[in-house]
Amino acid sequence: MKKILQAFALLVALAAAILWLATGANRGWTKTSVPIKTLDAVTGLEGVTYQAKFLPGVDFLGAALGGAALLAGASFFFRKQKQ
Amino acid sequence: MKLMHLIPLVTLATAVYAAPESFDFKDPKGINNVAFKLDAPLESVNGSASGITGTVSFDPDSPGAATGKIVVASESLTLPNPMQKEHLHGPTWLDVTKYPEITFEAKSLANAKTDGNVTTADATGSFTLHGVTKEITVPVKFTYLKDKLSARVPNMKGDLLVIRANFTINRADFNIQKGKYEDKVSDEINLSLSIAGAAPQP
Repeated sequence: MKKILQAFALLVALAAAILWLATGANRGWTKTSVPIKTLDAVTGLEGVTYQAKFLPGVDFLGAALGGAALLAGASFFFRKQKQ
Repeated sequence: MKLMHLIPLVTLATAVYAAPESFDFKDPKGINNVAFKLDAPLESVNGSASGITGTVSFDPDSPGAATGKIVVASESLTLPNPMQKEHLHGPTWLDVTKYPEITFEAKSLANAKTDGNVTTADATGSFTLHGVTKEITVPVKFTYLKDKLSARVPNMKGDLLVIRANFTINRADFNIQKGKYEDKVSDEINLSLSIAGAAPQP
């Protein structure tokens, strides 16, 4: 059980870090949509529309790493299985 | 007097007494927007609103006499972070259910300067946000685009009026979490208005 929890904690931490890095290492808050700017050629105005996109931020990374640390910490409550 | 002599007189009279055009700012293209920005420690809170309506009376021969009212649907304020958006719309911040509209009613223009089809001026009027109305003065820029409506909306003749304005308000002035959370989000809100209205002609 101890090793399973530790492996799961490592997996959660790695998955969160890889996802965060792969989506551009956003150092702001997590976003579920991103603004897309469009130019109106006649008026010269720039319009903004929002496209649904998950962009994990530091809160997502922090929560995932915190969760992984809790799992790893919890693993110490389990004794090593005797061979 | 012969009929031929009357034509120039009628034309002149029409030009002299030309009424200001009424521009409708309901935007079928979805371009009109108000961007807002509040500084915050991790990253600034950047969003926009698109639910814009209103009318502006503008006379290209007398741009300094423009008046009008622009209405922004509070519900249309959008932020990319869903939790921030929920807080913004909620009862402790904007309370969009209770205060569904943000309005600016321009009553007078000062310091109007026109260069070609562009007029800059300081618009004074009533700004209503979160149920609080205050008189403010904002710098505005009008761009009058004669006969350009057909380029934007096929089969429609008429003129376009583009209005741009950039100004700052304080949320405390409008009773939005007055004196609270200033370490988390600034009191100042920067607003940037980019809208175009149409005056169709038959």
